[in-house]
Amino acid sequence: MSTAPAIRARGPWALAFERLRHDKAAIASAITILFAVLVALCAPLLALLTGHSPIEQFSETGLSPAGIPVGPGPEFWLGTDALGRDVLVRIAYGTRTSLLVGVVASSLAVLIGAIVGIAAGWHGGTIDTVLSRFMDVVLSLPFLVLALALAALVGPGLGVSVFLIAFFSWASVGRVIRAEARSVREREYVQAARAIGAGSVRIMFVEVLPVVSATVIVYATLLIPSAIAFEATLSFLGLGVPPPTPTWGNMLGDAMAYYKVAWWLLLFPGAALLGITYAFNVLGDSVRDALDPRHDQTIRRGAG
Amino acid sequence: MSGFLLRRIAWGALVVWLVATLVFIVYFAVPRDVARLIAGRQASEETLVVVRARLGLDQPILVQYGRFLGRLSRGDLGESFITQESVLSIVVRDIPVSASLALGGAMLWLLMGVSAGVVAATRPRSRTDRSITAVALFFYSMPTFLVGQLLLFFLFFQLYQAGFEFFPPGSYVPFTESPLQWARFLILPWFTIALVTGAAYARLTRGAMLDALGEDYIRTARSKGLSERRVVLRHALRSSLTPVTSQFGIDLGTLMGGAIVTEVVFGLPGLGREVVQAIINQDLPVIIGVTILSSAMVVTANIFVDVAQSLLDPRVRMH
Repeated sequence: MSTAPAIRARGPWALAFERLRHDKAAIASAITILFAVLVALCAPLLALLTGHSPIEQFSETGLSPAGIPVGPGPEFWLGTDALGRDVLVRIAYGTRTSLLVGVVASSLAVLIGAIVGIAAGWHGGTIDTVLSRFMDVVLSLPFLVLALALAALVGPGLGVSVFLIAFFSWASVGRVIRAEARSVREREYVQAARAIGAGSVRIMFVEVLPVVSATVIVYATLLIPSAIAFEATLSFLGLGVPPPTPTWGNMLGDAMAYYKVAWWLLLFPGAALLGITYAFNVLGDSVRDALDPRHDQTIRRGAG
Repeated sequence: MSGFLLRRIAWGALVVWLVATLVFIVYFAVPRDVARLIAGRQASEETLVVVRARLGLDQPILVQYGRFLGRLSRGDLGESFITQESVLSIVVRDIPVSASLALGGAMLWLLMGVSAGVVAATRPRSRTDRSITAVALFFYSMPTFLVGQLLLFFLFFQLYQAGFEFFPPGSYVPFTESPLQWARFLILPWFTIALVTGAAYARLTRGAMLDALGEDYIRTARSKGLSERRVVLRHALRSSLTPVTSQFGIDLGTLMGGAIVTEVVFGLPGLGREVVQAIINQDLPVIIGVTILSSAMVVTANIFVDVAQSLLDPRVRMH
């Protein structure tokens, strides 16, 4: 595309970035997310600074003589849990699990969703029918029950959680991308590409992928918070990342028994979890508004 | 219409069959010793042989699969490994709790979510819209268990400490016994479900309403001189309800099969808590029974939704 030399050509991506840069909510949530990444990276530093490892049990200083968790104070800034472990250090380490699972699981889900969606929408016909029906089946599974049952069967763990979250999340992405790929298929430039002899694979990557990439990015951002919530739910029910590894979910699960005597066990990890999922959702909404692709707002999450 | 309905029912039966097969493969076809799981680690070889013979585990896998489907089609879900109680009677016992929770929650979330979405969409970018959007996103971001825990902490525990005991957790009274007590024990669980799900509905309704309000037929309706109220509620809302109803089918169906997290947080003896307990105990028949039942619920709810949608919008029947 040629433009007059005085005017700088700005593609849709540059324009979207420009819009994001002026969106205060987006900036605030990006800063929150960066802070969380920093906390995750510096968790060992925090352990060093406080002198408390995330799994060390301080039965002398971390528990009252009656064996009750100690509240926030100079020694334990955010208090201790029922085993006398430092809540602050555990939250910091929990950030690692949440971010890791959130990012990896949602990338995997978006990748699978994009591949299946493009394949279905592009080919049409029998392939489309089979893949679409398959996506319908995955969407109508009672996913939390199945995820819990599978986790218990295989033995809970980090990798298992990531895989389960991705498996139960990709179909909603796939459906949206399929619809987009279908509409792209009929456009003139795609027919032009076909007319000059481009193969299916080439058209899919060169012509279709850039068009659906806006949707891919929006979904990747919006799936991260739901993946984090999903992981927290699995851990809360004792079928996510197994203890003693600290996760916000298993900390909140433990808090169920102690929230009446130790509010800090509930409110601090709860605030961390809410803060990060809220930040990702705000950012996701802003990215969507900036890119303004056609969207379907339903994302499957650990409801119920 | 009847052809449409038949196609949907056949499709629904296919989904349930697929789930049943998936569950069967996961639990029985994967090479592992189910008999040892039931009999325990210390069980002798003779006991294992007896257990295998009793459950038909010594038969070829396809024979087992045939029997499994046969029992299923007769509505026989087997017996719990732990209590020997029939899974069907467990389900019959638990379902009133899950249904009370799901239906009450659904009424609340529809009311809150759809009305918030409509109000926000009719005043786009206003302060009202922005506050509704922010509050909805807040609850949308929270995992269900956290909403439950916070309601428990602030509305039960803090009030309890202040001397009011309004919303006690951990109990359930059947509606037939005392409607008032039934509602009292369910009110926090209802709000837990309604806040989380209602937030998603507010977002969904707002988006669909904004799209609908930009359509030509709305301009036509306005230029005919219809009142704004009529334009919004009869013309725009009607077409916006299509995505809402399809989501509603999935959500209600899922919850009827047990609101796992909410039941665990509030200690409600429903299907959700039952299945979590069964998963921890590796009580296969209960897990399998409830899983298949939940997917049947989702499928049935979806069929109802499809019928409702085809009544709202005849174009749906074409697909």
